[in-house]
Amino acid sequence: MQNFLDCDIIYSEGKFLYITGGGLNIDITNRNLWFLFEIGGEKVYITQSIFATWVVMAVLIAFAVFVRIKLKSFKQIPSGFQNMVETAVDAIANLTRTNLGEKFDYLGGYFFAVFAFILASNYSGLFGLRPPTSDIATTLALALTVFVLLHYFGIKMRKGQYFKDYLSPFFLFLPMNIIGEISRPISLSFRLFGNILGGLIILEIIYGLPVFVRFAMPAALHGWFDLFSGGLQAFVFTVLSITYISLQTADE
Amino acid sequence: MEDALGYVLGMSAIASSISVLAGIGTGIGQGFAAGKAAEAVGRQPEARGAVLSTMIVGCAVAETAGIYGLIVSLLLLFANPFVQYFI
Repeated sequence: MQNFLDCDIIYSEGKFLYITGGGLNIDITNRNLWFLFEIGGEKVYITQSIFATWVVMAVLIAFAVFVRIKLKSFKQIPSGFQNMVETAVDAIANLTRTNLGEKFDYLGGYFFAVFAFILASNYSGLFGLRPPTSDIATTLALALTVFVLLHYFGIKMRKGQYFKDYLSPFFLFLPMNIIGEISRPISLSFRLFGNILGGLIILEIIYGLPVFVRFAMPAALHGWFDLFSGGLQAFVFTVLSITYISLQTADE
Repeated sequence: MEDALGYVLGMSAIASSISVLAGIGTGIGQGFAAGKAAEAVGRQPEARGAVLSTMIVGCAVAETAGIYGLIVSLLLLFANPFVQYFI
């Protein structure tokens, strides 16, 4: 470690890792590794966001199992907890049906899972975890899933027309169209990542202030960045992935 | 050597503050979208829900440009690619 200009330059085993700013003790690039165990001389590390992802997954799986057990006592006329679950499922199912049509009702489960995972990840910042969506790896994985899905449905539903569209309006536009396709998962993942990470950094700066200066400010900012912006980004990610897939399945 | 590193870090700080100016365009675009949405709701109050969800998706797409600027700025501040030449 070398002190220079109030910055710490962090090395690990002789390799440059990252620079921390003066006084700002946050691992922005998520390169703090936690040693887990060792297999045959190879050390296995996990990052903070992998740990947070596991917590979020555990909570979601526990909730799903809980709903499955409660499912037996569900009645014809819903009330209380059943009402809440049915409203949530209905909302995503309607969104899928109006955009993709009844043939793709089975995709509703996937979109609900994506929405629930992103929402739970964004809200996990309220419980002191580092939100998994503030790591580009998580959001890029989610966006690549959408990328694979939309090209799969494009080839399956439109066949020859799908490949012809790369040459529209005429053949010179081929590189342009390919770049456009590649930019989709990038914009989808960077939107979510930038929103959550930006909120995280601003909150971290506010937490660094003295208590009498930041009086009641973290609560308000958590409300804005985690509750409002986090919910909105989860919704936007789901709606945009539905829209991308509906563009591929629309004209048969 | 340390002088050169200081120069690079200072220039990176200036560059990162310039790159978040991308937020200007996002602000104008989102304000425009919100204004048009308010007009649409004023003309057709019963379509409030549909206008609101369309506006939110449009705003999110417009926001992407600003987010790109933010990410470039964060890269320059916290994962500076130029510093490795000085170590």
